[in-house]
Amino acid sequence: MDSFQQTLFKLKRYWDERGAIIQEPYDVEVGAGTMCPETFLRVLGPKPYRVAYVQPSRRPADGRYGENPNRLYKHMQLQVILKPSPDDILDQYLGSLEAIGLDLSKHDIKFEEDNWESPTLGAWGIGWQVMLDGQEITQFTYFQQCGGIDLDLVPAEITYGLERLVAFLQGVESVYDIEWTRGVKYADVRLAEELQFSVYNFEMANVDRLWRLLGEYEAECKELLAKYEDYPDKQRFPVLATYDQVLKCSHLFNLLDARGAISVTERVGVIKRVRDLAVGTAKLWADQQQEVA
Amino acid sequence: MNFLLEIGTEEIPHWMIPGALKQLASMNLFGATPQVDATPRRLVVRASNLPERTPDESQIIKGPPLSAGDKAAAGFAKKQGVELSAMTKVGDYYELRKQIPGRAVRDILAETLAPTILGIQWPKTMYWTGGKTGSRFIRPIRWIVALLDDQVIAFELAGVKSGNITRGHRILGSSSIPVTFDSYERELRKNFVILSADERRQKIVTEISQLGAKLDADLIETLTFITECPTAIRGDFGPAFLELPAEVLTTVMRHHQKYFSVESAPGKLAPHFVAVMNTSGDPEGLVKRGNERVLKARFNDARFFWDVDQHKKLADRVEDLSHVTFQAKLGSYLEKTNRIVKLVEELGGNARAQRAAYLCKADLTTEMVKEFTDLQGQVGGLYARHQGEPESVSKAIYDHYKPLSMEGEIPSTHEGQLVALADKLDTLRGCFAVGLVPTGSKDPFALRRAAQGVVKILVEAKLDYKLDDLVTGDLREFLLDRIKYFFREIRGFKYDEVNAVLASGCGTLSDVEARLTALAVVRPTEDFEPLAASFKRIQNILKQAAFEPNAVLDQALLEDGPERALHADFVRVRDAAKVETYPAALGQIASLRPRVDTFFDKVLVNAKDERVRNNRLTLLHNLLTEFSTIADFSEIVTSGDQK
Repeated sequence: MDSFQQTLFKLKRYWDERGAIIQEPYDVEVGAGTMCPETFLRVLGPKPYRVAYVQPSRRPADGRYGENPNRLYKHMQLQVILKPSPDDILDQYLGSLEAIGLDLSKHDIKFEEDNWESPTLGAWGIGWQVMLDGQEITQFTYFQQCGGIDLDLVPAEITYGLERLVAFLQGVESVYDIEWTRGVKYADVRLAEELQFSVYNFEMANVDRLWRLLGEYEAECKELLAKYEDYPDKQRFPVLATYDQVLKCSHLFNLLDARGAISVTERVGVIKRVRDLAVGTAKLWADQQQEVA
Repeated sequence: MNFLLEIGTEEIPHWMIPGALKQLASMNLFGATPQVDATPRRLVVRASNLPERTPDESQIIKGPPLSAGDKAAAGFAKKQGVELSAMTKVGDYYELRKQIPGRAVRDILAETLAPTILGIQWPKTMYWTGGKTGSRFIRPIRWIVALLDDQVIAFELAGVKSGNITRGHRILGSSSIPVTFDSYERELRKNFVILSADERRQKIVTEISQLGAKLDADLIETLTFITECPTAIRGDFGPAFLELPAEVLTTVMRHHQKYFSVESAPGKLAPHFVAVMNTSGDPEGLVKRGNERVLKARFNDARFFWDVDQHKKLADRVEDLSHVTFQAKLGSYLEKTNRIVKLVEELGGNARAQRAAYLCKADLTTEMVKEFTDLQGQVGGLYARHQGEPESVSKAIYDHYKPLSMEGEIPSTHEGQLVALADKLDTLRGCFAVGLVPTGSKDPFALRRAAQGVVKILVEAKLDYKLDDLVTGDLREFLLDRIKYFFREIRGFKYDEVNAVLASGCGTLSDVEARLTALAVVRPTEDFEPLAASFKRIQNILKQAAFEPNAVLDQALLEDGPERALHADFVRVRDAAKVETYPAALGQIASLRPRVDTFFDKVLVNAKDERVRNNRLTLLHNLLTEFSTIADFSEIVTSGDQK
C-alpha cells in the first residue's frame, strides 16, 4: 500500500509524463487550487499551458477542531490544468487513477453532472464530480469563463481531493488515520494545525481588525488597478502582485464568514467587492498578455 | 436503406437525455421512422427503408406577362439559368416548368446531420473547441458513427469526422469497435453497453427488487440514464444508525448517494441499502465495501449534526433568525416568523398553532438543515418532538412546507394547515408587495407553488376563509388563476363551469367547490343548457338596451299571461332557492326554462310604452342577478355558442 506522499509522487509523475509543469504550492492563502494564479490567470488568453500542483486549500468555516473524521479546515488538492483540453482527457484522467494502483475493472466509476461556479472569481464551468464506489474523489471542469472573460482555449481542470482519495486507497475511515509516510499518520502531521486554526478561526480572530485588513488589501488592490492604464511600460506592471491582494481579500472574507461576522445580507455585497477586484485583475492580465505578445 | 447515427459524447446529465431523444425522434428521415436510444455517452437514431433518392419534382415558376415582350422573358430566363426556348406561354404569362431532380439521400444527410445534431436544444450548453465561437453542445462530442447501408455518411463536426467506429463501456469495453447497422447493438452489448433504456430500467428494477429495495421511480429513472451497464448490489450499515430519524437516513441514501433504502416492514428501515453500479459485477466485494465506508462517514456526519444541534433548543434559535435573510426587501426570517405568528393568530389559530408558527423556521439555523436543505421543516418537527414540544406543535412544524406539489399531501393537522397557510400567504403578500411577481416561466420564489399550496389547503382542509379576506389586488387575481387551475386540472371540472361559478364571486373555496359540484350535477339535465342560452340572451338584451337598474318592479305593469306567470315563478323559485341546497336550487332555477321560453315567444320586451319596457327589463334584470349567485350561466358554453 502506498503512503500519502507516495501517491502524490505517482500522480505528479503521471502528469509530468504528459507534459505538465509541476509547480509547487502557491504561498498566499487560497480556498481552492483554482484560485492560484497558475490557474486563475493562466487559463486566460490564447497561450496553451499545462500545469499540475498540490495546493493546500484553506476553508476556515469547514474546520472541526480535528474532531470530524472527514472535514478539514485545510485540505490538499492536486490541481491539474490542461489548456487546451486534449480530446482524450477523460481517458487520461482514468489513467491517473490506474497509475496510483486502482484496478478500475473492479470498481464503479460514474461521472455525475456537477457544474462549477465561483461567484467571487466571476468564473464558471461545465463538468462532473467523479464518483468512485459512491465516493466523490475528483471535480472535473471545462472552464468556460474566468474573471468574467470568455476563454479562448477551453481548459480542463482536474481537482483531486487528496485526503479523500488516499483514505479510500488505504481503506481508512478517518483522514487522520492516513499513513503519510512509514510510521507517520496524517494526524501526526496535521491534527494540531486543525485544532489550533479552528480555535483561531471560530473563537479568537479579531473581527474588527479583519474588516480593517480587508479594507486595506482592497484599497491596495484598487490603487494598483487604477494605475495600470497610464503606466508606460506595461510589461513591468505588477499585475501578479495585484492579484495577491485579491487572494488576501478572499481569504479575509472566508475568515470573517467563519467567525459569523457576515450577515447573509452583507454577504452578497462583500462577494461583489471581491469579484470586482478579481474581474479587474483578470482584465489587466489579459491585456498585459496581449501587450507583451 | 438502413440508417444508423450515433453521437458519441462525454457523459450527458441524466435528466437531459429523454428531452434530447424526443427531439431526435422527430428527425426528418425521408419518410422512415426514427428509432431513438441513448446511454449517458451516446445518442442513437436508427431507421430502416430510407429511399435512395428523393423524388424528382417539377416546379412551375410564373414569369413576366406576355405583354412585357420577349426581352423581359429573356431576362427572366437568364435569371433562372435557362434558355428562352425553355419558357412556355400559358394564358397571359410566360411560364417556366422547372424539373428539379431528386438528390441522393446520402448527400443530403452529409449536409444536414451536423446542423441537426447541433440543433438539439439543451438546458445549458458548453463549447470545448474553437473558442467561444466553436460548436456548442451539452458535453464534448468525441466520436460519430453515421452509416447509410453500412457506408459512412461523411461529415465533420467540431473536429470529429464521422465513421463506423463506436466505443464500448468506458472501463470494460473496447474503445474502437467497427460496426454495421445489424451488428451495432450486439457489438455494444459485447462491450458492456446496454443500448436500450427500457432494458436497463428493467434490469435495475428486477435486480433491486430481488435485493429487497424499496422502489423509487425517480431514482430508477436517474440510474437508468447514468449507467451503461447497471448492476445492483446490496450493502449494510451499522444498526446503531437506525436511531437517527428515518428521514435523515433516507435523504442521505437517496439524495446524496443515489441508494435505495431497504425496509424490514412497511415504514421501518432495515440496516441495508441497494446501490446500482455502472459495471458488470463486484466479485471481490470492493465496490460494496467502498460504498459502505462512504455511507458510514455520511451517517456519522448526520449523527454529529444531530448531537451538535441539540446543544441549543429550537426556541433559543428563533432570535438567531435575524441573521438569516428571507429576501433582501422583505427582511430576515425572524421578521417573517413574527408575521407568520401574527397571521396564524388572525386566522384564529390556537396557542399550539401559534407556538408552531413561532418555531417553524428555527431549524434553518441548524447544522442538519444546512447540510440537508430538503429536510427543512421535517428537521424542525423532529427536533421539536425530541425537545418535548407537544405532538400537535411538532407535527405542525414538520408539515408546514406541505403540499410540496399539486399531488402532494396537505398538512394532516389543523395547526399544521394554519401554519402552512400563513407561511405561504406571507410569502405571497410580501413578494407581491415589493413587486417580485412571477413572469412567464420565471418564478424564482416559487410563488405559483405557494399559491397552489394555499388553494389546495383551503379546499382540502375545508377552511372557511373568504378569498377577499386573505388577499387583494393583483395577488387576488393571481390566486384566482390558481383556483381555476386547481378546479379544472386537479378536480376535473369543465373550464366554463369553473368560469361560471367564479364569475358569481369567490367566497370560501369550499363554497366554490359546492357550487361547482351542484352545477356539474345539474348541467346534463335537459332544461339547463337552454336556460343558460336564455340567460345569455337576457344579458345581451340588457346590454343592448343599456339598461341601468333604477326602479323596483311594478307588479301592476305586468301583462297577464306569460309575463305575470314568469314573475310569479321567479318569486317562487327565488324564495325557494334561498333555503335549498345548491343542487336543489339549481334544479329549481332550471325548471324556469319553459316559462322563460314562453315569455320570449309571446312577449315583446321592447314595448312601445317606456314604463312597460323598463318594467320588463327590470324583471329580466332581477331574474339574471337573483339567479346568478351560484353561477353566472352566461359563462356556460352551450351548443349554440361559437367557441
